[in-house]
Amino acid sequence: MPDRLAPPASAASRLSAEGIALTYDRTEVISELSVHIPDGGFTVIIGPNACGKSTLLRGLSRLLAPARGQVVLDGRSISRYPAKEVARRLGLLPQSAIAPEGITVADLVARGRYPYQHLVRQWSPQDERAVARALEDTATTELAERQVDELSGGQRQRVWVAMVLAQQTDLLLLDEPTTYLDVAHQIELMELFSDLHAAGRTVVAVLHDLNQAARYATHVIAMREGRILAEGPPREVITSARVEAVFGLPNVVIADPVTGGPLVVPRGGRAPSTAPPDAVHGEVPAAPVPSAAGEGR
Amino acid sequence: MSAGPDLARRPLRRAEGRLPLRRGPISLVLRPRALIVAGILLAVICLLTVVALGSGTYRLAPAEVLEVLRGGGRPMDRTVVLQWRLPRAVAAVALGALLGISGGLFQTVTRNPLASPDILGLANGAFTGMLLTLVLVSSSWPLLSAGAVLGGAATALLIWALARTGGVQGFRLIVVGIGVSAMLASLNTWMLLQIELETAMFAAAWGAGTLNGLTAPPVIGAVLCAVPLLAVLAVLGPSLRQLDLGDDMAAASGVRPARVRSAALLIAVALVSLATAVIGPVSFIALAAPQIARRLARAPHLSPMLSGLTGAALLLLSDLVAEHLLPLLARTREAVAAALPALAAHLPAGPAPVPLPAGVVTVSVGGLYLVLTLIQEIRRRA
Ligand SMILES: Nc1ncnc2c1ncn2[C@@H]1O[C@H](COP(=O)(O)OP(=O)(O)OP(=O)(O)O)[C@@H](O)[C@H]1O
Ligand SMILES: [Mg+2]
Repeated sequence: MPDRLAPPASAASRLSAEGIALTYDRTEVISELSVHIPDGGFTVIIGPNACGKSTLLRGLSRLLAPARGQVVLDGRSISRYPAKEVARRLGLLPQSAIAPEGITVADLVARGRYPYQHLVRQWSPQDERAVARALEDTATTELAERQVDELSGGQRQRVWVAMVLAQQTDLLLLDEPTTYLDVAHQIELMELFSDLHAAGRTVVAVLHDLNQAARYATHVIAMREGRILAEGPPREVITSARVEAVFGLPNVVIADPVTGGPLVVPRGGRAPSTAPPDAVHGEVPAAPVPSAAGEGR
Repeated sequence: MSAGPDLARRPLRRAEGRLPLRRGPISLVLRPRALIVAGILLAVICLLTVVALGSGTYRLAPAEVLEVLRGGGRPMDRTVVLQWRLPRAVAAVALGALLGISGGLFQTVTRNPLASPDILGLANGAFTGMLLTLVLVSSSWPLLSAGAVLGGAATALLIWALARTGGVQGFRLIVVGIGVSAMLASLNTWMLLQIELETAMFAAAWGAGTLNGLTAPPVIGAVLCAVPLLAVLAVLGPSLRQLDLGDDMAAASGVRPARVRSAALLIAVALVSLATAVIGPVSFIALAAPQIARRLARAPHLSPMLSGLTGAALLLLSDLVAEHLLPLLARTREAVAAALPALAAHLPAGPAPVPLPAGVVTVSVGGLYLVLTLIQEIRRRA
């Protein structure tokens, strides 16, 4: 039984799963899961690799039809909506999206308008405005004419977010939107999602960084092996015992010096006892530090 | 959320050149670059057509051809151009377009530039279906076409069943397809050896892919069958573009990938089968036309319209070369021999000056293209 740490989300939840089972070919990833996505909340899903986070998002967004149970969107089973109607209510940024070779940023973002278009309505003024707005919101207006192939990973990720924003949905599901980004870009994007949330959207994000989850989420869902182990406000879900239960990681949880919320510090590693103290606070490193710059991807 | 008024006024320049045409609630998008490329391709097709209509044993200058097309000209010119040569040129354009569109659909759906109906063996499969119909049922055109479509569809199902676990986008698909293709090619050869000589002669030339001896009715039949398919394709267009983003992203924006993909593949199989029923398995056009079109348009999406136009131009050109290459060689040889009698004895005896099947030309050029593509691909991965 999952720990319900807060009173169950209000019955007015626009998106919920009722006892769903999600299956690929033969493997059942999720066998019985119910969840209500709190309206107007910033929900973060955490859990180890392969525990079914992406699978859950795919189920919630109709990409994967549940073998049992149902997903309810605005009071009706999501499978009964026309595909474009779902896309006008709910946007998803999947973990794997492909940018067609040579496509420009503006063009990629414009693809987010697909659910509003049809044969004789191919590019309306609303489409134009939505794209301009999405570029603005993600600070990618300057990149509009560039090719997506030649952007940095961080820029590219913002462009994908812009595409989903162009869909103008109040519900946003984001699968690991900050993976591959440096810490500054991660925070920048998290701030963007936080702003979108503050502006009234319901945001659901899969994140691997527990401390970002703790800082930005209003609601945390902790998953393991296809089940929800715990859900509730970050302060109550992100505890030392539970992080150990979910990830099998020995840790201590301290107060975040910036927000006062929980901050997870893994145990293990070696204390830098041999380094002179000033190297830790480090204006000048005591020994030449091997540079990572220029290496890697 | 709606945009503020300041944003509404900001014009958005678009690099790919999307040009909206709006009237009331109706808005259409024109892509100027694609239109320009289409215009150039059309011009090339017209030029090649005029050349094709004028060349042969009975030669006509372009002006004379145009005169005939405008409704004038000498009676003899009219017969040669309108009755002998025009059906063949129209066939090359129409069927080349079907092959190009079919190839483009395969490549879009599989996201693989090597996946085309000729490489995967669908053309050979359609031909097998046609041969079986010829041997077992009848030699009437509508039935042969139906046999070809059935053969193409059966081959598609066979490949799908064999390559299933690798998914429609895998390398496995190509390998299985090439295997099936080779198998069917030998089956076709064997069947040709089994059937009576007279039928076999007719079927063998056809087996290489040819426009020699073509008449108008089957071409008209193929085009009439293709029109409704192309109409469905036009409706599918935007969802196919959306598939470029990957299945998940496409589905998240309101496409049903499995449905769109099946519909597109069905249309592609039907188009290549219809063309094969008329001219036999002509390779390379379906493989190369979409990629050439893509490079010309420098667009991220393979446009069926441009693939079709490029296919038309390619088949027209190939047929022109096939029909006139050997006669031209022979004439050159005679001219050299006449000018330099001393040399005549040393000139190699050329092949008989007969028209080649167009498929022979496309397969030679196609082999070269395939090798170049593979080298490029290997370099890219290395
Ligand atoms: N398309 C698929 N076909 C078959 N099995 C799949 C497919 N996608 C995922 N799985 C399996 O389902 C399980 C859950 O995968 P899922 O992608 O939901 O994990 P996740 O929690 O998102 O992991 P990660 O943090 O690595 O993204 C895994 O065991 C995976 O192998
Ligand atoms: Mg995942």
